[in-house]
Amino acid sequence: MGRSSVFDLLGPIMVGPSSSHTAGAVRLGAMARKILGEEPIGGTIRLHGSFAKTGKGHGTNLALIAGLLGMRPDDERIPEAIQIAKAQGLNFTFESADLGDFHPNTVQFELLGKTGGHAQIVGSSIGGGTIVIRRINDYKVEIRGDYPTLVILHQDLPGLVAQVTLLLATAQTNIARMMVSREKRGAQALMVLENDELVEDAVLVLMRRLPKIYQVLAIEPLD
Amino acid sequence: MRAYEDWVIEAETRGLKISEVVYQSEMESSQQSEQVLFQRMHKNLEVMRESVAAGLSGERRSISGLVGGDAAKVQARRKAGESLLGDTISGVIARALAVAEVNACMGKIVAAPTAGSCGVIPAVLLSVEELLQVSEKDLLLALFTSAGLGMTIAERANVSGAEGGCQAEIGSATAMAAAAAVELAGGTPRQTSDAAAIALKSMLGLVCDPVAGLVEVPCVKRNATGATIAMAAAEMALSGVRSAIPIDEVIDAMGDIGKQMPCTMKETAQGGLAITPTGRRIQADFL
Repeated sequence: MGRSSVFDLLGPIMVGPSSSHTAGAVRLGAMARKILGEEPIGGTIRLHGSFAKTGKGHGTNLALIAGLLGMRPDDERIPEAIQIAKAQGLNFTFESADLGDFHPNTVQFELLGKTGGHAQIVGSSIGGGTIVIRRINDYKVEIRGDYPTLVILHQDLPGLVAQVTLLLATAQTNIARMMVSREKRGAQALMVLENDELVEDAVLVLMRRLPKIYQVLAIEPLD
Repeated sequence: MRAYEDWVIEAETRGLKISEVVYQSEMESSQQSEQVLFQRMHKNLEVMRESVAAGLSGERRSISGLVGGDAAKVQARRKAGESLLGDTISGVIARALAVAEVNACMGKIVAAPTAGSCGVIPAVLLSVEELLQVSEKDLLLALFTSAGLGMTIAERANVSGAEGGCQAEIGSATAMAAAAAVELAGGTPRQTSDAAAIALKSMLGLVCDPVAGLVEVPCVKRNATGATIAMAAAEMALSGVRSAIPIDEVIDAMGDIGKQMPCTMKETAQGGLAITPTGRRIQADFL
């Protein structure tokens, strides 16, 4: 463990019993909702490793649903999350699954949104309530939810990264972390940009108009 | 690497409390004002008070049904004046059980340093508050002292049961509570260091072997026994008893023991109490 803040040692304020299996699970649900970009109305939630084995006693199922409903880790309605979801007509089912080589506390969401959106998200709770999103629609990412994040699907071409970052520079948006990856040279590629500021809608419109940019996903940070 | 000794020396040189050195350092690293930091710590303190009150009411049961109602039993005996340990220590036990029960029952707590060890620090500090009638400001300062020690532990070793066993979770909480109790009772920076060392030494080697992998058995009651160890360590340090091994070396030893601890004893529910006949039966009944 590296350098920390006093509030890493006294905090977070959370609903128990476990920072990784409960508080982290709420944050994973909340992050999945943000990535979907709309209110989820149903889907399948697959629990892997320790989440599958000890999730029940830690209220992991309740916590994941609470997050999908938009609750925070200190929301005292977490124990009633599944009832609340049912009352709202939402339909989530849980499965145990071996998702492969992931952290023991990992979950895969297959979500359907209110306006028909769809997303498959894999995320892990890596200790003390910290989370990391590992996959979005099968693309490898590493998003911790602490910055406004852009996920951009594009063709692997020279200059595309420069065009995207130029738009951000013009909007005075500062990049905190950045990751680029691709299937192979010239094929489909992915940019993940974690920024200090939320990217304005006008900038997103311009970005989506750039040639060979297939998809631009703007994800808000967790509270 | 961070050393608690550096904070002790800085506090002694500048004539400050450990807590003052800690929050000033936090102001610098986080670039936040004293007011913002104290407001945030105040919120922690409020939730600690609420969780003690909620747990003492004894109404909740955990999902497995194994936990709940014990804090109220200890509190009843205490209120009847029958305690074997005296009012203060039985109050420490009741409060620690209360907060740990609230956590197991999906109530709201402050992770201190973790959810599984959340009962120790509130139990010790709120009991010292009751005994010595200290101010709210002093309580907030004491929380900064405990967090400062926690940061040292997190950097030199860890505060995770999965990484270092129970000694890293409830053990760390016990040391953090002991240091804070000493400062709250008017002890010197050096005495906070001795209290922390004595407390952590008493928890070395403790494994994390939760039945069915739940934060219930033995975690809830270990919060209570950890809190009493914190009080004993604080009492010794305030009397002038020194720790032969300095706190930073005790922390390093804790980290080293955690590394050598088998995986079956690190929050995997594959060893210790978890695989006793009764532990297995509980797991089978529940899962």
